[in-house]
Amino acid sequence: MPPLELLLQQALNGVMLGVMYALIAVGFTLFFGVLDVIHFSHGDIFMLGAFAGLSTLLGLAAVGLRAPVAALPLAFVAAILVTGLVGVLAERVCVKPLARSSPLMTLLATLSLGLVIRESVLIFYPRGADPKPFPQLLPQGGFEVGGVAIRYENLAILGIGLTAMVTVDLIIRRTRMGAAIRAVAQDPEAAQMMGVNLDRTVDATFFLGSGLAAVAGILSGLYYSEIHFIMGITGGVIGFSAAAIGGLGNVYGAIVGGLLFGVLQTTSAALIPRGSEFRDVVAFAVVMLFLIVRPRGILGEQSVERV
Amino acid sequence: MSEPVGRLNRRQLLQGASVLGLGWALVPGLARAQKKTVKLAFIGPLTGGTASNGLGGRNSFLLAVQERNADPKTKHHYETETLDDECKPTVAVQAALKASSDPAIVAGVTHYCSVTAIATVDTYHKGGMPAMVWGAVLPEITYSHEYVEITRVNGTMINQNQIAADFAVKTLGFKTFAILHDTTDYGRAHAKWFTEFLEKAGGKVLSTQGTAKDQKDYTAELTRAKADRPEVVWYGGLTPDGVRVKVQMDKLGVRAQFQGTSGIKSDTFNETTGPSAEGALAFVEGAPTEKLPGGKRFLEAYAKAGFKEPSEAYGPFAYVAANLIIDAVEAVGPDRAKVARHLKQTKNANTIIGPVEFDAHGQNTVPLISKYVSQDGKWVLWEDSEYASGKRTLPGHKFKKM
Repeated sequence: MPPLELLLQQALNGVMLGVMYALIAVGFTLFFGVLDVIHFSHGDIFMLGAFAGLSTLLGLAAVGLRAPVAALPLAFVAAILVTGLVGVLAERVCVKPLARSSPLMTLLATLSLGLVIRESVLIFYPRGADPKPFPQLLPQGGFEVGGVAIRYENLAILGIGLTAMVTVDLIIRRTRMGAAIRAVAQDPEAAQMMGVNLDRTVDATFFLGSGLAAVAGILSGLYYSEIHFIMGITGGVIGFSAAAIGGLGNVYGAIVGGLLFGVLQTTSAALIPRGSEFRDVVAFAVVMLFLIVRPRGILGEQSVERV
Repeated sequence: MSEPVGRLNRRQLLQGASVLGLGWALVPGLARAQKKTVKLAFIGPLTGGTASNGLGGRNSFLLAVQERNADPKTKHHYETETLDDECKPTVAVQAALKASSDPAIVAGVTHYCSVTAIATVDTYHKGGMPAMVWGAVLPEITYSHEYVEITRVNGTMINQNQIAADFAVKTLGFKTFAILHDTTDYGRAHAKWFTEFLEKAGGKVLSTQGTAKDQKDYTAELTRAKADRPEVVWYGGLTPDGVRVKVQMDKLGVRAQFQGTSGIKSDTFNETTGPSAEGALAFVEGAPTEKLPGGKRFLEAYAKAGFKEPSEAYGPFAYVAANLIIDAVEAVGPDRAKVARHLKQTKNANTIIGPVEFDAHGQNTVPLISKYVSQDGKWVLWEDSEYASGKRTLPGHKFKKM
């Protein structure tokens, strides 16, 4: 058994990973909650967010704006706008026209869109095949507590991630648009009868979920100091799995699922002999277990068959 | 007055001149039209994590074909078909099947990734298509069979790891190692050979951890390795993953020397890793491109051709493979079986990487392994580096003193 400080260090590593997974998972859960669709290009929108953030930072640096206090918020805003609009476009192109088709068609359409986004970055981004260095804009260095190394950068990433989650929570619980999203998630027809504009609500949901993916993309760039056009593949699969563990359709479930997935991956690598080879096996086996034993996830609602 | 017989009037003169002019203009086209067209395939990772190496290889292959097509002495006109194996065995087998089942394709310059090269060996053999590997280093690609179709112009990982282990232990004086490797055939075999030679050299492996290819997060593995306080973290894998391991090592404060394989020896590693790359070690078969016998000419021609991507470490091997195949087609004609036999018997071929000679298994016997260190964002031959001259100290040696 590894010493306690090593376990705590691994748990911290897992939480860092989990925050990014949670932000992606919230998008999946929002889309599923409102439209009952699994938007499989969401992982690539996460990647697009990272590239949009990087491009903004490089553009700002080119005009002499390098100060992180100004550059980083602008990068977040630009990336959220880009992914938000692409998310809305994705809904209008791949989801809405297929509303009356089999759910499999939406799945295929969004999967294809993900491929288009990924390959477009590969082809059109300068030397898109290579991993790209991401500027280190957060404070470096750190301190130790009980043998656990804590980096200032990690604290900042956790802070930004949690702020994003609280913001989404506030938007959903405290705003008119949030009320509309909740209403559509519960019963779209009844919500429309009560005067909710379905199209605008769906647009807002896709903008919100995709914008969160951009936040996750930039945080991933800041944490790993590197982004790559294929980062959305595993990011998407894990984000979706995290949403499924937490309970598809439940925002808090997605957050719990993301954190749990991250901690599961790192602790399995740390505790099981040759665990690093099986970290994904263990994590996805837990997803399967959840789907069998508790299909509605940790915080998911009891599904009701509507007639 | 009638015109004298034997003299040309103005109209006839103009007509004659036009015919001559037209003929002159059409000569090269006609000559090309008379040349038989031969198709060659290139297969490598054009998308995915190792695409930068694949694109460098493809460009080098295309450069060789362009040069040979421009040479009036060439008997055939060469067309190319480039296929993407994505560095994935399943995709590679599909690409190999497509190439080998196309009768127009006479031979191929095939695969950078070991996982794809080993997966397709049987496909080329069954299809009877000569395939010359240009980048994959797994020994089994040439040594696990006796197929006449398979040859390899680059070296294997056996020599590479022997030199790497001896250098780390005997020259640099490191004793304890944490081994990280990707779980593909490439990473596993590298780890196996490196561990074997390391133990023979007197080094000690403290931990061995396999990781998934294209894994993003290595904090768990590095935290585990850090607890053993190794002097060296050795990584057996390719550039994108190597970048992440090195960057995350620094972020987690792992105070150890970073040593990689030929898989990380790319411009992309230095560009992406940034200052973190300083002092990283890598080992490659052959000499640096600029120091190869024809390296300068190759680099100049490559730059002139205006390719977007750099040729990377294995570009010259793809260039040589294409040239050797074209030489074979020129010598024995566009017949797969004859080309395969001819290639297998290659002896002392004069190429830009120096003389190429295949053993009974079709393996080029490259005697030289070059040691590289990352210095100021560039891979520098160890012997030419400021680390070797004593001007700078390797990170691993600095940590030992702390």
